[in-house]
Amino acid sequence: MLELDLNAQRGSFHLQVKCRFDSDWTVIFGHSGAGKSTLLRLLAGLDRNGASNALQGRIALDESTLTDTANGVWLAPGRRRMALVSQHPSLFPHLNVEANVAYGLSAMERSTRAKRVTEMLELVDATELANRRPQDLSGGQAQRVALARALAPAPRLLLLDEPFSALDGTASDALVDRLQIWLRANNVQTVIATHDATDAFATAAEVALLREGQLAAFGPAEDVLEEERERIVGRLGPH
Amino acid sequence: MDWQAFALTLRLATTTTAILLVVAVPLAALLVLGRSRWLALLEALAALPLVLPPTVLGFFLLVMLGPRTAIGRGITALLGHPLAFSFTGLVVGSVIYSLPFAVQPLVAGFAAVGPELVDAARLLGASSTRVVFSLLVPLARRSLITAAVLSFLHTVGEFGVVLMLGGDIPGATRTLSIVLYNQVENFDYASANNTAAILLALSVTALAAIYYMRGGRRA
Repeated sequence: MLELDLNAQRGSFHLQVKCRFDSDWTVIFGHSGAGKSTLLRLLAGLDRNGASNALQGRIALDESTLTDTANGVWLAPGRRRMALVSQHPSLFPHLNVEANVAYGLSAMERSTRAKRVTEMLELVDATELANRRPQDLSGGQAQRVALARALAPAPRLLLLDEPFSALDGTASDALVDRLQIWLRANNVQTVIATHDATDAFATAAEVALLREGQLAAFGPAEDVLEEERERIVGRLGPH
Repeated sequence: MDWQAFALTLRLATTTTAILLVVAVPLAALLVLGRSRWLALLEALAALPLVLPPTVLGFFLLVMLGPRTAIGRGITALLGHPLAFSFTGLVVGSVIYSLPFAVQPLVAGFAAVGPELVDAARLLGASSTRVVFSLLVPLARRSLITAAVLSFLHTVGEFGVVLMLGGDIPGATRTLSIVLYNQVENFDYASANNTAAILLALSVTALAAIYYMRGGRRA
């Protein structure tokens, strides 16, 4: 269960969100500039107070408080048991795919680490890429490897920021299906930010509708995205 | 040719460069990754030797390391001799004088590493030390080479700090720059030509090595 009550200023952009995500697969839906990426970065602990940034509020995952500005609590990103995969895979260019996936497993014993890397690469169907360098991968392959790398340390919460944008529809659907089964089996809660309503409908998700930094609606996809569904159906035409 | 001064100059430059890399990597990483407002002051202090006349720096160090200050007296008590007019004193002066030549290329190199890569490493649990040595240093290795070569060359060619802090003691503080100065003062232009040619050759060779190793534009 993820609980958040945030009030953040990023330059001239203001984000205010208060809600609780109980579902194991939640979609944050919003158009460009709605604040989806900002929200995910705050959840991951990547943005703190700074010269042009201000953050107030609280984030809790299950029983753990990750951020609580009133009490001076702020857990470092690597201690939140969260993974974030964005549309830019951000693979380490000097390491091959295998070393990228193993990066977050330095505390593991060597044979356990190798086994985990193999398991993760199999999950995202990238076993044959193990020895390749990131610069030799296509956009879709890089995104799959980034996903494997993020899941390798066994996070409790997976944050996805439009991570399948470089995959074609069929490949994306197959990966999401496989991923959902694995995430449920491993008790990993997922929050996915997208501007594509079909992502929400396809995965029968709980949806948080974000509009100009505010939570406009929250609930089942059929209710929250009714207007969006009609817009898509209207564009498809009578056939 | 004063081979003793040549060997001393190379020893001084090598020691200074090694110390500078050990000091400059964490300092540059702190300047790039740190969030404190005091870092601007630290960056200014690290860049100060760029604009400060070498003789001024040498004078301050001479006074600071001498018997008139507590620091100087402490060092003398610890080492059994004052730092001024010794090889160790020369190394201290050279490290301070060449600091910006090591720090600035590293700051530029570390800052060029995408922040999204640093974020990814942090999310994967990397400590700041691991971020520096597993990510910033390998990705900025050309800057590391540049920092090393510039520090080495700058030390080889320094004069003002050496003269103020070390004087002209054969085998201890007499570097090639001091030898060249002495030769010119004695109107021994033939020897001065040889010494200057060696200093020039060292500079050209080292700079050519930088550009060869960087080689990115031709790759």
